[in-house]
Amino acid sequence: MSSASHASPASETLHAEWTKLRTLASTSWLLLAAAVLTFAVSAAADAASACPAGGCQVDPARLSLTGVQLGQAIVAIIAVLAISNEYGTGMIKVTLTAMPRRLTVLAAKAAIIAGLVLAASAVGVLGSVLAGRLILPGRGFTPAHGDALLSLASGPVMRATCGSVLYLALIALLSLGIATAVRESAVAIGLVLGLLYVFPVMTAIVSDQTWQRHLEQIGPMTAGLDIQTTVNVQSLPLTPWQGLGVLALWAVGALTIGALLLRFRDA
Amino acid sequence: MTTITPYRSTARNPRDGFGPLLRAEWTKFRTVRGWIIGMFIAIIVTAGLGALVAQASTNVSCTQSGGGQATVKHGAACGASRQRLLGPGGEPVDDQFYFVRQPLDGNGSLTVKLTSLAGLVQPNSGGPEPRGQAFLDPWSKAGIIIKDGTRQGSAYAAMMATGGNGVRMQWDYTRDTAGLPGAVSAANPRWLRLTRTGDTLTGYDSGDGTHWTQVGTVRLNGLPSTVQAGLFVTSPDHTTVSTSFANGNVNGASTWATAAFTDVSRTGTWPTGGWTGDFIGGGGAPLAHSVAGYHQAGGQFTVTGTGDIAPVVSGPGSNAGPDTTISDFLLGTFVGLIVVAVIAAMFMTAEYRRGLIRTTLVASPGRGRVLAAKAIVIGLAAFVTGTAAAAATVFVATHIAHSNGFVTWPEPWPTELRIIVGTGLLVAAAAVFTLAVATMVRRSAATLMITIVVLVVPYFLARTAAVPLSVANWLLRITPAAGFALQQATPQFHQVQSVYSPFTGFYPLLPWAGFAVLCGWTVLALAGAAYSLRRRDA
Repeated sequence: MSSASHASPASETLHAEWTKLRTLASTSWLLLAAAVLTFAVSAAADAASACPAGGCQVDPARLSLTGVQLGQAIVAIIAVLAISNEYGTGMIKVTLTAMPRRLTVLAAKAAIIAGLVLAASAVGVLGSVLAGRLILPGRGFTPAHGDALLSLASGPVMRATCGSVLYLALIALLSLGIATAVRESAVAIGLVLGLLYVFPVMTAIVSDQTWQRHLEQIGPMTAGLDIQTTVNVQSLPLTPWQGLGVLALWAVGALTIGALLLRFRDA
Repeated sequence: MTTITPYRSTARNPRDGFGPLLRAEWTKFRTVRGWIIGMFIAIIVTAGLGALVAQASTNVSCTQSGGGQATVKHGAACGASRQRLLGPGGEPVDDQFYFVRQPLDGNGSLTVKLTSLAGLVQPNSGGPEPRGQAFLDPWSKAGIIIKDGTRQGSAYAAMMATGGNGVRMQWDYTRDTAGLPGAVSAANPRWLRLTRTGDTLTGYDSGDGTHWTQVGTVRLNGLPSTVQAGLFVTSPDHTTVSTSFANGNVNGASTWATAAFTDVSRTGTWPTGGWTGDFIGGGGAPLAHSVAGYHQAGGQFTVTGTGDIAPVVSGPGSNAGPDTTISDFLLGTFVGLIVVAVIAAMFMTAEYRRGLIRTTLVASPGRGRVLAAKAIVIGLAAFVTGTAAAAATVFVATHIAHSNGFVTWPEPWPTELRIIVGTGLLVAAAAVFTLAVATMVRRSAATLMITIVVLVVPYFLARTAAVPLSVANWLLRITPAAGFALQQATPQFHQVQSVYSPFTGFYPLLPWAGFAVLCGWTVLALAGAAYSLRRRDA
């Protein structure tokens, strides 16, 4: 056997997962799509908004990061495909024969996915912030109207930017966990996106304030996107980092369930 | 040389018919247990979310009309005071105005000259001072009305001048036709005429009293022989709509309008006595009573009124208070729709994954017909699922709301039927669309991504006010998500000011127009699917 000529099994597994993802044409296309759509939707939202002289009621950072709400759908799909493609093609049997430590395989997958999504979303998110910086002043979001120009030098804007990148990576991990648990790609995508989108729609329709608050606190998307808020932070149901923490809990929970099922179920 | 015709059996091949093909596809669908369970899950999830909304909407605070804000912890007291006034069509209406009336027996007509229309607004509602600043609301109304008695919500037709929208003929609360444009003044008076012939009422207007133009004619079925006819003035709360982003707020302030009428002339059977002044729907609002009234001097009538004769629109700012509609209960539709789309995608991609498609196409080589049969099976299954989900949701959620003492927005039954059956149609079209996409891309993940990005994400972005209003409206015009318009609960009325946005439940397209957009996309996708199924190896 050849294991002697290689470094540790963990780095071998990482390398194998990297090769599998890298050589799949769909991965690079979807990563590109995630970055481009995040940027395009954000820029479109910027261009379509206006801030009246009486003061804007919109958080400019949140507005210029609108595209994350679509980008996350693509990110979820990337993560789901990374595992469910293996089940779809039967590749999983080869993978687990070659690397019998199942949890290491999942950990390696998670690391590779998170890394790729972090890179792609950093591009999309930074592009969105740049678009906001360039477009929003022309739409009335000026210091004269009470809105500082978007700048990464400002702490809250920096938090919103980095937080959005982390948000997308956590969405990828949540999706990976769910996909590992249910295996079928279509079901996993339906579950992830249903879970993400149902909470904001509920909060928009439910009229009771207490319910609204609770729904916002537990929803992975509503809580996670608290990180994008830069004005009126104290009116949020959670602090920005707590909100991202809720999403992280969802991701950890999904990965745990996925890992347990992977470990104890026949592939 | 003779041509030899190869032997062809004249017996009809039983597999050639479309019926057996449909049956084959139905068997394929029905025998996958996961898909049938999935359809039930779609129903349960939709109804469950509806029940959750119903439960979470019963603890409401409602603003009572009349100025004061009363926060009621439980829906019971709130709902009880919310028995809404319904118009002849079963829709919630406002019916409050000052009425200077006489009974008209049988056929006849009423003609007046309107020489002025002015108004006042109360600066901050709830204050003790009845006199406010000069202000005329664009929808302050003064004119003549023929009404089925003095009961609120009864049928009527009216010719009126408005504060900013010219002369209008309106009837039965929701209907509105424009007449002469321009404002009323002594230099620019308006003559208005209403004639009654049986159940038919016809409105005319004139700028000089000699040349008349017919504005509209309407049949009010079941109008009694004796109707109430006369002069009326009303003026709605002045609403300032501040739209920020995709959401909006409305602030209302009471207004009054005063109009001067001269040259009142009548034909037909009228009593010889004087006129009666009535504040229709005045109720227990002392402030309004102290202002509303009329004054007759010689041939001139000066009438002051407040209120509105108009449909009530759900949404912020309406005096509707808690305005949960059955459409709000149906918010879970998009989750159910995702579940059905997953099944529709797999209904096609499973054939490719298992290689079953080759067997299918050997058995019935007409590839277009295979696609048609699959589309019909999944469409019908999705339609039944969607309709059942909507019916179950409305039933369960309304029951929960009622048991908490909460009155939901009343819908005329055709609207309720359209919303429930429309939900089925929406889910069916989405399923066929997904199936067609699946035929083209063959991968269930990619299929589902496309369906969700074009159908669910636009709905989500618009509905949660995540994008500016103009973007939201465009998304719901051009993407397949336009089909969600089938769930619109109350129509948009241009004669009532409110926040009409997807966030408040108003879609930019009419229900069936929105559905047509979705169907257009579905047909396009089916055409692409038929093309790629024919041209590509399976």
